[in-house]
Amino acid sequence: MALIPKVTRKYLRTKKQFPNVWCAGCGIGTVMGAVIRAIDNLHLVQDEVVMVSGIGCSSRMPVYVDFNTLHTTHGRPMAFATGVKLAKPSLKVIIITGDGDALAIGGNHFIHACRRNIDLTTILINNSTYGMTGGQVAPTTPFMKIGTTAPFGNRERGFDISKLAIAAGAPFVARGTAYHVVQLKKLVEQAIEKKGFSLVEVITNCHTLYGRFNKEGGAIDMLKWQRDHAIPISAAGKVAPEKLRDKFLTGVLWNIDFPEYCEEYDKVIAQAQGKE
Amino acid sequence: MIKTTVPKKERMVLGNRACAEGAIAAGCRFFAGYPITPSTEIAEVLARELPKVGGKFIQMEDEIASLAAVIGASVAGAKSMTATSGPGFSLMQEHIGYAFMAEVPCVIVDVQRGGPSTGLPTKVAQADTMQARWGTHGDYYAIALAPSSVAECFDLTVRAFNLAEKYRTPVIVLTDEVVGHMREKVEFPDSSQIRTINRMKPTVHPGWYQHFEINPHFVSAMASFGEGYRFNITGLTHNPDGFPTARAPVVKEKLDKLRNKITPHIHDIVQVREEFMEDAHLAVFAYGIVARAARQAVRMAREKRIKVGLIQPLTVWPFPDVYMEHVMEELDLVIVAELNQGQLIREVKRVNRGRTRVRGLNRYDSELITPDQIFRKIREEK
Repeated sequence: MALIPKVTRKYLRTKKQFPNVWCAGCGIGTVMGAVIRAIDNLHLVQDEVVMVSGIGCSSRMPVYVDFNTLHTTHGRPMAFATGVKLAKPSLKVIIITGDGDALAIGGNHFIHACRRNIDLTTILINNSTYGMTGGQVAPTTPFMKIGTTAPFGNRERGFDISKLAIAAGAPFVARGTAYHVVQLKKLVEQAIEKKGFSLVEVITNCHTLYGRFNKEGGAIDMLKWQRDHAIPISAAGKVAPEKLRDKFLTGVLWNIDFPEYCEEYDKVIAQAQGKE
Repeated sequence: MIKTTVPKKERMVLGNRACAEGAIAAGCRFFAGYPITPSTEIAEVLARELPKVGGKFIQMEDEIASLAAVIGASVAGAKSMTATSGPGFSLMQEHIGYAFMAEVPCVIVDVQRGGPSTGLPTKVAQADTMQARWGTHGDYYAIALAPSSVAECFDLTVRAFNLAEKYRTPVIVLTDEVVGHMREKVEFPDSSQIRTINRMKPTVHPGWYQHFEINPHFVSAMASFGEGYRFNITGLTHNPDGFPTARAPVVKEKLDKLRNKITPHIHDIVQVREEFMEDAHLAVFAYGIVARAARQAVRMAREKRIKVGLIQPLTVWPFPDVYMEHVMEELDLVIVAELNQGQLIREVKRVNRGRTRVRGLNRYDSELITPDQIFRKIREEK
């Protein structure tokens, strides 16, 4: 515990819920730190922050942090969060989800949350596998990578989460990594401040399962991979196209404005009550 | 002559509309749903009416999401409801279980249609009766109310909210295609005459608050998100603080809590309407729309001097065990009439323990059981 910065510890349920379930070196803890620092930096009131999650390693995060926390069913945090936010729009609702949670079992809820544009901030932690159940192939596992349910290599393609979100109508889409922690904190801040549905996809490492099966090394090796394969979107134009082929872009990938649902619903109420 | 004009509030109302109006009268301020025949009118009415009272309506991407949003809204402090029919009710089972486990008050209206699967979208059935009790996995204690008329749709929806709030549990209103789609002349009570119950709020300092506190009533006070109590809610088995646990004594304590907040209060939850039971030797047991036909059949039989009565459970779950055990001591025969292949008859037989003759009258060909059918059954079996 000694290594946890003071600002982070302020928001942890250290007396009730530790130690946590994450492996040593797991990127999810790093993401949690970035989210907490973003919340602290924005001076959000703890009582008004709601953290909603689904099922999986990443979705355990709300249990450890001292906010209003709702740990829901597999794939459905967007739907629960929709109810919370619409019933009480004054709350700041942050969704913590994983790639399996949001894109496989929760794919439908995910695209509709993007489309509907309720003011929800989604932190989607992408480790390319199902960690909690033991390293099965996920909808984000790249072609020919190994998982326990794809022992001969994954013959499907993985989703490009950010492209999917943009296509589904999300007005704010960003991508960061567990390696670039300073950038990640800033992206989370921007996402929280964005009026409307915002998504931050975080590329992270599951060295315990995915990394081991695919011979990608330990936590440090996988973090180095993130460092070497992330291209900031601002620099993408300066890089030769053939060098971009096995890389991924980071930063704010998409940022447009569209009427937010809760604000629109206030107009519905005014109209129904004959005030408009 | 002086004419006194009393303003008449009688209206011809659709059963589904009565559910929607009952919900608003009970204080419902959030509805999330997905269109499905024959329940859609409930959503359509609430899409118009909820914003008028400052409430929120949202159409979700499916029934799973609908109940999730309803639970989220309830956790944020709004009295919440959804409405569906068989196929959607099947999809909702996941979150009905979540609402039991996380002890979230909410109301689910199931306007029953023929099944299994997509079955008969526009035809009547009562084959979700057992699903309403046992549909989701795990041990839990369901409450399901069954209206047989437009007036009862209103009353029992109000009651469903009151029970949900009082016991911090999901409550199912089990109507059917005919009750939902029939129009009857009704006069709904004034809002001042409607007794509404709100969930118990905590009075302790936030530092002492436990969202799932074990107390003598087994129903814990419920703070909403954003009220200064920062707590965790999970569908995982949890301790009184709401944190996941697999410690055997704590697991048992939680599951006992779910039982003990319902079973000692069955007298408060269960309602049975009876007719001609004072001197009855035999009785027809029927709920929902079938109770209407049964009432007519009983009257026809009474004209023939057959001493038959009607038992109409307004509460299907918990099953009226105590009442039935008591009443069946005086009866030679119970005819259980239902629009399925025999679901509630299992409960009647269980309580009966072989003492009284129990006969089923079942129809599952998409049509209603007629009064004449029940009357003939009475004559055959008496």
